[in-house]
Amino acid sequence: MTEIQAGSAEEGAAVAAPSSPRVPAIELSGVVKEYLAQGEVVQAVKGVTLSIAGGEFFSLLGPSGCGKTTTMRMIAGFEDPSRGTVRLHGQDVTGVPPNRRDVNMVFQSYALFPHMNVWENVAFGLRRRKVAEADIRRRVGEMLEIVDLTGREKRRPREMSGGQQQRVALARALVNNPRALLLDEPLGALDLKLRQAMQIELKRIQREVGITFVYVTHDQSEALTMSDRIAVMNDGLVEQLAAPREIYERPATAFVAGFIGTSNLLDGTVEESTGGRAVLRAGYEGRILVEGGTHAVGDHVAVTVRPEKITISAEEPEGDVSAVRGTVSEVVYLGLYNSYAVRLADGAEITVFQQNALDSTSTAERGEAVWLSWQPRHSYVIGS
Amino acid sequence: MKRLAPYLLILPGGLWLLIFLVVPMVFMASVSTQEGDIINGFVQTFDFSVYGDALTRYQTQFLRSVGYGLVGTVVSIAMAYPVAYWIAFRGGSRKSTYLLLVLLPFFVSFVLRTVSWKFLLADDGLLLSPLKSMGLVAQDFHVLQTTVAVIGGLVYNYLPFMILPIYVALERIDPRVVEAAQDLYAARSQAFTKVVLPLSLPGVFAGVLMTFVPMTADYVNAGILGGPSNTMIGNIIQTEYLVNTDYPTAAALSFTLMAVMLVGIFAYARALGTENVLEAAAR
Repeated sequence: MTEIQAGSAEEGAAVAAPSSPRVPAIELSGVVKEYLAQGEVVQAVKGVTLSIAGGEFFSLLGPSGCGKTTTMRMIAGFEDPSRGTVRLHGQDVTGVPPNRRDVNMVFQSYALFPHMNVWENVAFGLRRRKVAEADIRRRVGEMLEIVDLTGREKRRPREMSGGQQQRVALARALVNNPRALLLDEPLGALDLKLRQAMQIELKRIQREVGITFVYVTHDQSEALTMSDRIAVMNDGLVEQLAAPREIYERPATAFVAGFIGTSNLLDGTVEESTGGRAVLRAGYEGRILVEGGTHAVGDHVAVTVRPEKITISAEEPEGDVSAVRGTVSEVVYLGLYNSYAVRLADGAEITVFQQNALDSTSTAERGEAVWLSWQPRHSYVIGS
Repeated sequence: MKRLAPYLLILPGGLWLLIFLVVPMVFMASVSTQEGDIINGFVQTFDFSVYGDALTRYQTQFLRSVGYGLVGTVVSIAMAYPVAYWIAFRGGSRKSTYLLLVLLPFFVSFVLRTVSWKFLLADDGLLLSPLKSMGLVAQDFHVLQTTVAVIGGLVYNYLPFMILPIYVALERIDPRVVEAAQDLYAARSQAFTKVVLPLSLPGVFAGVLMTFVPMTADYVNAGILGGPSNTMIGNIIQTEYLVNTDYPTAAALSFTLMAVMLVGIFAYARALGTENVLEAAAR
């Protein structure tokens, strides 16, 4: 892909800075976006600071209205931050219009030009930057090959399937060899099968072209599969910024724990605290062991436990484990695993996944009294 | 019954058009090749020379009508496009209010509005008499009975027919497509010329159809606001029919006008690259 990258030298029109591996591709510092809605100031983004490395696959993940799309639109230049700065490759681009920023966007509904065929759509950006016609022909041809659309040059967008339109949108942005590619829920309109295929495809293309991808999505599994790092956003703020495994295994806040996968939230009062280990007790039979951190006796501590980390047993488990007692209130057979809902004495409901292994002995019936146990390292203390 | 349903549904409208459009047209076509007068009656002679004679006699008015229609249409596009653009992209939640304002003149009779222009623009009318008494314009300056007054009246009366189709076309443009153009290095002006304008052309095309045809055939504006040197072909047809009762000439002129406009419109559609005129008008 060296040929495609060589193209950036001739595109003097857009803001460009000498790239250095140590300068982040995108840097947001203290970015705030305020709107005036019916005479009231609404903060869509309440102060986001993050930096994205060159070549990284970075996701902004969160529910609708969390500010992820606004954050992306500020990187693209469609919105100006009310406060804070946006830097691309070290250069302050706050207030620079989108046509003078060296980033390109793949829109949620693709936003292809309906009056142009595939070729004209993909060549649009290069034409605006007055790239030589011979280079345009070469680069558009190469890009259509990458997205597997060779031979469809003359098609109009409305004559194509959703997946094909998606690839045109991708090619139209990538052909400009931008410093970063911004993708706004690009797979949202596709059906599940196509979406999964496109996830793999996107990852492959990103590796091939080596361009920084910023991916906005509300789909946690999509973010977990594709990203190098994820910023989980909620209510205009970044709740946690980490690699997918870290986000899943060690959610920093109750929101992240709840938003990513299924999670159980438990809390209790510290009864003992010795050698980096604490024992919590609550309004039900049993104990919760917590590793790491310093907790004083009498502290109130909240932890999360993933459903697949919990074991169900009829007898109280032996050894150094967290163990709590409850009653099975629901059993749902899900093929690969069973999902149990277990009610504790204080009314809290705990979800447990048990894989349906051949020799599975840990089956419980509705109404049965059971013990739930898990390793101390699987109790994650949640920040307040 | 199920297969007949679509035909039954178009029956009322179809019958209406057959009785009130096709039949009179066949009748008028027949009249155009008859000879005679209103007292002694008309006899069918299939003499087509009336077409040539009428065209030669009223060539000036013909060309003038097409000219007025063209100028009026161009002026309408220039005035309507910014209005439609503004309502579509800047109208916000008040779009329907602005559209109502555009349509408001239709609540008053066409003739009445044109007559009120006459009062407004008269030599000693509301507009000119204060200007004249202040010495801002010459005493012999007048607006009525000029080409400007007639074209002004035409534009005024048909402007909504240009604004609405352009508005509809602009309104249907996804704002994300405009953003995509800007994202792909198009300056605002380029985003307009490369994306917004091409996507709105079907609306302009429909607007041209809806204004050029009635403007060219109009006789009210020339009759009320114009003078003897502004007579349009519509006025001639009206006079031949109602005053001179020369039905063959009036009918021949009507058919010639229709033919000229159909040919013109199809040529225009061809030039614009729109394969199907009706499809473009419907969009």
